[in-house]
Amino acid sequence: MTSSAVLVKGVDKVFNAGSGSEVKALSGIDLDIAPGEFVSLIGPSGCGKSTLLRVIADLVAPTTGTVEVFGKPAPQARIDQDYGMAFQSAGLFDWRKVAANIELPLELMGWSKADRRARAREMLELVKLPEFGDHYPWQLSGGMQQRVAIARALSFKPQLLLMDEPFGALDEMTREHMQNELLGITAEVGTTVVFVTHSISEAAFLSDRVVVLSPRPGRVHSIVDVKLGDRTDDTREDPEFFTKATEIREALRDVEAAA
Amino acid sequence: MNRALSQRLESFGPALVVGAAFFGVWELAVRALDIQEFLLPKPTSILAALREGWSSSEGGTLGTVSLREAGFNTSMIAVSGLVMGVVLGVLLALVITRFTNLGSAVTPLAVAVNATPIVALAPIFNAWFGLTSNASNQAVVIAVVFFPVFVNTAKGLTEVHPNQLELMRSYGASELTILRRVRIPNALPFFFTSLRISAPLSVIAAIVAEYFGGPLSRLGPVITQNASFARYDAAWAAIVVASGVGLGLFVIAVLAEKAAMPWKRPEERP
Repeated sequence: MTSSAVLVKGVDKVFNAGSGSEVKALSGIDLDIAPGEFVSLIGPSGCGKSTLLRVIADLVAPTTGTVEVFGKPAPQARIDQDYGMAFQSAGLFDWRKVAANIELPLELMGWSKADRRARAREMLELVKLPEFGDHYPWQLSGGMQQRVAIARALSFKPQLLLMDEPFGALDEMTREHMQNELLGITAEVGTTVVFVTHSISEAAFLSDRVVVLSPRPGRVHSIVDVKLGDRTDDTREDPEFFTKATEIREALRDVEAAA
Repeated sequence: MNRALSQRLESFGPALVVGAAFFGVWELAVRALDIQEFLLPKPTSILAALREGWSSSEGGTLGTVSLREAGFNTSMIAVSGLVMGVVLGVLLALVITRFTNLGSAVTPLAVAVNATPIVALAPIFNAWFGLTSNASNQAVVIAVVFFPVFVNTAKGLTEVHPNQLELMRSYGASELTILRRVRIPNALPFFFTSLRISAPLSVIAAIVAEYFGGPLSRLGPVITQNASFARYDAAWAAIVVASGVGLGLFVIAVLAEKAAMPWKRPEERP
């Protein structure tokens, strides 16, 4: 038994090993994420942050090393649907109404129709779109679609949420609004979150810890402890927030300088 | 007038006006410029030949068949060839989606075959299947329909957003589940695009194939025979029937598309 939500030990990832186009994406990654923790992965492009997220999700197999999710090997955790995922593109299915999109994972898990309905309604309330269940995705704005994608990721109340730049395509105001909502939702459910982002302010605002990665091959450069406590829009103007953002920025500059 | 009807008129109205004007100008131009009927018959002459030859083989058309029968026979060849071509195209698309290696082996060949003008094979098919059989004309239609259906459907089955595939795998979904829940619905718009192309194409293929052989009670021979006896109004009447069949199949394809994809965003009118 382990007390980690996610435990990454000695992970290397080499794409196209042995061929001329060999790419060392990750090297010697160790990471221990506690239950309920919000951890961001940040770094310049090519640092392997998305690859690391996919290794945790068992969508990409590590070349060496191990990944455990709630004490299970990552493939088992995937099959057991222990985590939910959300991406930069909402990735909603055009042919399903909003509620049916949220119900999809439940359907695959064999939930009854009544239970699925009830849960979809509950999730739509949570992401503040209660009246949109019967709409098709194209009828929603980008921000609303992203909220549906998050509702879908949370629909089966996974203990772990893996997010790959989920707010990357949103405008600044919507993005901040979504960040507030995400914190509220995950606090309510006690979800562990691994969050890939490009944005320093986003990482500083959301995270308990920020993992700064350096590129080619992707390594953990440093880990910045943030923990701003209860956050509101005022936090974004708080000196403590700026101090942490600066700390992350300096770590990233150091990464760039070394590269 | 209710709203739906007035909207309909709004969308079809301009087309009706342009269509009427087109035939009006045609009619007037032939009369005013005194164009010989064998060069370009008046729309009213074509209409008269159509009326005369529609149910009787004695009237406007030469040979032993009425336009209605010839149209029906040609439609049967076009529709049966269309159905078989579509089934084959979809099946092969499903197979190459499942076995991607096979796809990279088969697709270049399919492209090469498509670059061959299929109707040029009609005389060859006649030799294979017999000059007076339906099969050789059908084979031309199948070959013409197959390719756009195969290519478009395969594209729709394989070009799924990577995030959607990752999402399905994150749910531990099997390939079969992914095919049913994601790939097939994703392919529907592509498939119907190809159906809208190949439905009228099937009529063209059938008639061109009929020029080269097959039973005589078809639109193709009716057109060639009447033209060679200078009965251009009757030839034109057969062409009108052919275009009606093509249009009918196109409309059926569009209606099927609407019924199959209720989620589709209504197209914006420019």
